[in-house]
Formats: sequence, C-alpha cells, structure tokens
Amino acid sequence: MSDQNNNSIAFVATETIPESPPPARETGVVKWMRENLFSSIPNSILTIVSLLLIYSVLKNTLPWIVNGLWTTSSLAECREILDGTTGACFSVLTERWNQLIYGFKYPVEEYWRPNVAFVLMLIAIAPVLFFDLPRKLLIFTALYPFVAFWLIWGGTILGPLVALIGFVVAGAFFQKFGRNNFALGFFGAVIIALIVWSVGGAMIPEGASDNALLPAVPSRDLGGFMLNMMLGLTCVSLSVPLGIALALGRQSDMPLIKGICVVFIEFVRGVPLITLLFVASVMLSYFFPPEATVDLFLRVVIMITLFSAAYIAEVVRGGLAALPKGQYEAADSLGLDYPQAMRLIILPQALKISIPGIVNVAVGLFKDTTLVSVISMFDLVGMIRGPILASTEWNGVYWELFGFAAALFFVVCYGISQYSQWLERKLHKGH
Amino acid sequence: MTTLTDPPKESFRLSMLINDTRYRSLTFQAIAAVALALAIWYLGNNLIQNLRAAGLNISYSFLGDPAGYDINQRLVEYDSQSSHARAALVGVLNTILVAFLACVTATIFGVIAGVLRLSNNWIVSKLMAIYVEIFRNIPVLIWIIIIFTIMTAVMPGPREFRGDNATSSMVLDLFAFTNRGVYIPMPFFENGLFGNATLNWILVLLVAAGAWYAVRMNNARAANVQAETGVRPKTIWVNLAIWLVPFVALMFIMGLAWEVPELKGFNFKGGIKVGGPLIALWFALSIYTGAFIAENVRAGIQAVSKGQTEAASALGLRPRRVMNLVILPQALRVIIPPLISQYLNITKNSSLAIAVGYADITATLGGITLNQTGRAIECVLLLMLFYLTASLLISMAMNVYNASVKLKER
Repeated sequence: MSDQNNNSIAFVATETIPESPPPARETGVVKWMRENLFSSIPNSILTIVSLLLIYSVLKNTLPWIVNGLWTTSSLAECREILDGTTGACFSVLTERWNQLIYGFKYPVEEYWRPNVAFVLMLIAIAPVLFFDLPRKLLIFTALYPFVAFWLIWGGTILGPLVALIGFVVAGAFFQKFGRNNFALGFFGAVIIALIVWSVGGAMIPEGASDNALLPAVPSRDLGGFMLNMMLGLTCVSLSVPLGIALALGRQSDMPLIKGICVVFIEFVRGVPLITLLFVASVMLSYFFPPEATVDLFLRVVIMITLFSAAYIAEVVRGGLAALPKGQYEAADSLGLDYPQAMRLIILPQALKISIPGIVNVAVGLFKDTTLVSVISMFDLVGMIRGPILASTEWNGVYWELFGFAAALFFVVCYGISQYSQWLERKLHKGH
Repeated sequence: MTTLTDPPKESFRLSMLINDTRYRSLTFQAIAAVALALAIWYLGNNLIQNLRAAGLNISYSFLGDPAGYDINQRLVEYDSQSSHARAALVGVLNTILVAFLACVTATIFGVIAGVLRLSNNWIVSKLMAIYVEIFRNIPVLIWIIIIFTIMTAVMPGPREFRGDNATSSMVLDLFAFTNRGVYIPMPFFENGLFGNATLNWILVLLVAAGAWYAVRMNNARAANVQAETGVRPKTIWVNLAIWLVPFVALMFIMGLAWEVPELKGFNFKGGIKVGGPLIALWFALSIYTGAFIAENVRAGIQAVSKGQTEAASALGLRPRRVMNLVILPQALRVIIPPLISQYLNITKNSSLAIAVGYADITATLGGITLNQTGRAIECVLLLMLFYLTASLLISMAMNVYNASVKLKER
C-alpha cells in the first residue's frame, strides 16, 4: 500500500517550512498606523488635517514658551531683551507671584500662615478622599476648620475656641440623647450650641485681638488664588450637609416641608450665580439687623453655599431615587424609625451613588468662584484684571497671566475629576 | 361568633404629638411653618428698619425715568433719553440673542466633538479628548476674558486697513475683522412690498414657514403612497422646488441687495456690526458648553448597545437609515435631558456678559441702572424674576420635546 502511494505522488514535503515573518504592513507601527490613522480616505484626510493643526499650534506656541523671560522687571524691559523675536514675558509671574497667590493686601510677613493652612488642608482632606487611611485622622479633619480660621484670619484664639467648644458640647449632647430620640437630641444640641456661643462670645474681652499671637487680618485683605481656594473649600464643605437636608426634605411626605425645599431648590437653580452674588454684595446687608456688620466674604460664602446646596440636593436626590425600594421597605420592616433608617441604611448607600455627582458640583463650584471678581473681590482673575494689568509695568501682558490662571485651574479641576473617576471605579462593585 | 371587641379608645395625650406617627408629621409641619414665618418676619422687619434708616422705599417708578446711558449693541431703537425699562428691554433681547446663538453653535461643536471622540482615528479622538478636558476644567469666565482680549488687543484697528500698503485687508472684500467688532454685509430690500423693513422680513419668514409646511404635506403624501403601494415616489425635486421657487421669486420681486461695510473716515460704515463683547461671549460660551455637550453626546451614543446596529443591519437597512431610524432616536433619549440643562447653563452663564461689557440684562438692569438709581433690591429682584422665567420656559419647552421622544411604556 505505502509503496503504491509513494510512487503515485510526485512530491511530498518531509519537513515543515520555517515560519516567515508577517508582511511588513501587518505588523508593528505600520499596522497600527494603517488601522488607526489611515484606515480609509476620509480618515486619512482627518489625520493630515489634525497633524497640520497640531503643527501650526506648536509652531506658534513653542518658541514663545522656550524664549520666555523669567527675570525682567517690566514689560518694556522684556520687549527690549527680546528685540522683536517671539517670546513670552513670564517674569510677570515671578515678580507678581505673591499678588497672584495671596492678593495685594495680605501682610507679607504673614504669608507663612496661609501656607501652613494649605499644607494642613492636604492632611485634613486626605482621610475624606481616601477611605483606606486610618479613621483616627478624621479627628484632625474635624479640628481643621478652626485651626485654619485662626491661621488665616489671626486675632484672638478665643473666637475659634468658643466655636469649637460649642460644637463639642452639642456633639456630646447629641451622642447622649440623639440615639433614642433624634428630634430631642438634634434640637437640644442646636440650642445648647447657641447658648455656648452667645455666652462664650460675650466672655471674649473687647480688644482681645489687639495683642494676639497672630495679628488679625481683616477678610477684605484676602485675595488671589488663596481666595478662590478658601471660597471653594468652605462653600463645598458647608453645602454638602445642607444639600443632603434639602434632598431629604424634598423626598419628605410632609407637604409643607417638601414645598419649602422644592421652591428653594428650583428658585436657586433657576437664577445665575451672578445675581446671587449681586444679592450678597448690594442686597443682603438690608436683611441683617441694622447694628450688625457682616463682611462681604461671609455674605458671599452664604450665597455660594446656598447656591451649591441646591445643586448638591439634586444630585443626592438622584442617589436616593436610584436606591431600590426594597431598601426602604427593609429598613421599615426592621422597625427602624426615620432618622435611624436614613442614618444606617439609606444615606450610606445613596451618598455612595452620589459621590461622583457631588464631586462634579464641587469642580463646577470651584470654577465659579472666579465670578466674585465681578463684584470687585480680588480673587485670581480679579487680581489679574485689576491691579496687575492696570499697573504701568505689566500693562499688556495678557497671555502669560491668563495662561497661568487657566493652567492653575486646569491642574486643580482635572485632578479632582480624575480622583472622581478613580473613586467611581473603586466604588463600583460590579453588581 | 366573633368576639372581637374594639380596642379601648385612647384619649388624646400631649406626648402623642411627638410619639405618635399619626400626629408627628403635623407637629413638625407646624414647627416648620412657625419657624418660616418667624424667619420671614425677622428678615422683613430688618429690611423695613434698614430702608427707613437709609431713607429708601421700594418703588419701581425709576423704570420710567430716562436712562441716560448709551448701548452700542442693540436690537431695538434706543437712545440715552429712553427709559430704564427700555434699557432693560434692550438687555433682555441681547440676552436672548446671545443665548440663542450660543445654544446653536454649542450644539454643533458638541455633536461634532462628541462623534469625533468616538472615531476610530486615534489622533482625532485624542485631540477631541484634549479639547473636552481643557475646556471643561477651566472657568468659563477666563475663556470669555481670553477671547475678549483676542478681539480687542490682537485684531487690527480700522486705521490699519487704510492706505495703499495697509497691514490688514478685508476678507473677500466682504468681512472686516477689527478691534472694534466684526463687520459683515447686511441684506436689504430695494423695493420691498412694505415700507417697513421689519414687515418685509416677516413676509420672508412667512414664506419660509409656508414652504416648510408644504414640504411636510408632500412628505406625508409620499408616505401614504408608500403605505398603499409599497413604492415611495421621489420627493426630493418637488421639495427642492417648493423651497426655492417662492423664495427666489420673492427675493427677485423685492430686489435683494447687500450693503457691504466700507472704511469711511476713522471707522467702518455700513453692514452689520457684531461687537467684540458679543463675539467673545458667544464664542466662549459655545466652546465651553460644547465640551460638556460633547461628553453628553458621547455617553448617549455609547448607551445604544451594539446589538441594535447589528439587528438593524440584519434587517437590511442601509447605514444611513440605521443611524436615522435606530441609533439616533435611542441616543437622543439619553442625550436630550442633559442637553436641556446645558441650554439652561448657557442662558445663566450669559450673565457673565457684565465682565466684558456686553449689554445684556445683567449689565443694563443689574449693572448701570442699579448703579445710577441705587435701587438695588428692585433691580436684583427683577433680574432674578427674568432669569427664573427664562429657565422655567426653557425647561418647559424642552420637557414637552423630551416627552415626545420618550420611550412609550405600556
């Protein structure tokens, strides 16, 4: 049999042919480019147009950045040195760095105070952002607002101390009574805190700030990027609890409470932030008692907090609505009352769902803090448009300054949104 | 025999107000009502006291007084002798103008960027991702100021167009880009059917509306024929004729002509002047919001599962019809609600006009009028009322549209 076969077949390969390499156009860079850049004629055109666009942008900006000067003292000097060639005049950033960051009135010898407050802020905010860190750090986070207030505004330490004591006493009261009766604990805590603050406030001697350890700095002296960060951080942290309360109120089955919350949320979301800032700057002082003087910073904080609380309320409402109804029913069937059910079952899950949305609101709010320049507060944008561009040395340095402001905001906002995406992936349990 | 007895009737006790769920909500609402009334009384009382101390009262009669300031960019007749109310009206129209323009262009930018970001062309999708990230993460106020700076500091002045060796020239001899604004040709009618230019334009609009209606009728007829016979008659030529013939005829009768801007004296004359602030606001709002819309569009397209495309192709639909009949209707359902809130954002962000001096309602009523008359409370309240009404109107109109594309569940 085998003989016959051997004779009838002319040729039999007895060894396998060595593998030849794939065609050049099907491997490596060439293949990648064929598939991702030049897969069809319209795609190729798009690629070439994009490359031209990138080239033209880089051709104009790269020499401008590379030739940039960092050490001159005025725009005229810059132009003299550059002598007609393209080049940026970054020296405005180095020369006016302090103004850009701290505003133009904050006392120079006290710059270390906002710096320390900034570093402490990073420590205080870490346990809130990263759940893996030891929970004990949250104690520092709770103390941070008082420390930061004392550092930045200076003056007597008694003020923040009284505020802190008020919170501690109220918290202790709530711990003792709030477990069994939420209403009693909560309202009792509020009343006790108010008593502590008014008694403690009256006990602070007149002129205690005059010879304090840290000289007092009035809030109209705050400015620059520091002001943006302070407004953003304060308003976000104040508006989260307020927003949660509003969202719960909107879900409530008590018509009056629900009505108040709906009207408030829809009203605030229907008007631009600028009008609310106008309210803060020209209208709000009419609503305070005649003898009270509430400074502009506080009025702006109040209005921005109300503004972002309405947006956070809508985000939290989305989280509450996304929870399966079974969770509410399970909480009821366990015999938990409303505050217990909310605290132990509903809110932990609903807030987890709403975290990305809340972070988005926070980013938007941080960007919106630039709007205070419209009501003549000297934040970063206000500093650039006001004192710096108006000065004789730097009149006409637009790109360097606005580019710097844009870069600063980009770094912070992009960082926060990346964190938000990371958190979303981490919280996503895949069920 | 059932021997159920009624439970003993409990008499009402005061503690039931807080412990009994039947009464508790009433208690809380009563407390809330009292607290609200107290707050309103407190604030109102402070207001009255403060106003009395300052010698002011609440009155809207200032709206009738002459405004005494000029507005460059305006859509209706206005001069410095017009009343504050008239200035506010100019501002309202300007707000509507810039919001409308920005909504249209932002949608265009957003859709293009959103679709291109999903492109399988690596470099294009990366470029679009960079666009979206850069514009989303930088405050819109900074963008408005940057573009305003380009418009005022980088564009050439009108006198650079002058002379034989001018450093700047008009684009196509029709458009002039100067630091005082952009001048574009203005169409007008040489022998209009009415003496008033506005009436002539309304006539043009009416003709266009009529043509649109006729095209719809024609398409409906074609659909009926298709339903009966299975063959759809060709409609494109008829439709084109319906659109063009009356339009061209009307233009011919009324003698359409273009007024081209010309350099006269120190400035350009003629044509339509689009001021730098308007362009800065319009363009900045468009690219900023466009970045957000791009993300919405991307999410909407990605939300339609791939099986839908495959199923439609398996039914024998062509790619264009797959897009029109299967993908887009489903993607739009996801895209529309966030798009509504982006339109609302544009309307609200247009109030940033005050930063570049575009005379919108915030800059006229909330800016100059407020500063001149000192009527802070009245002006801010009117301002809020306007924006609130605008927001509610937009969301109502869009909700109606949203309901029409919603998934009909039975």
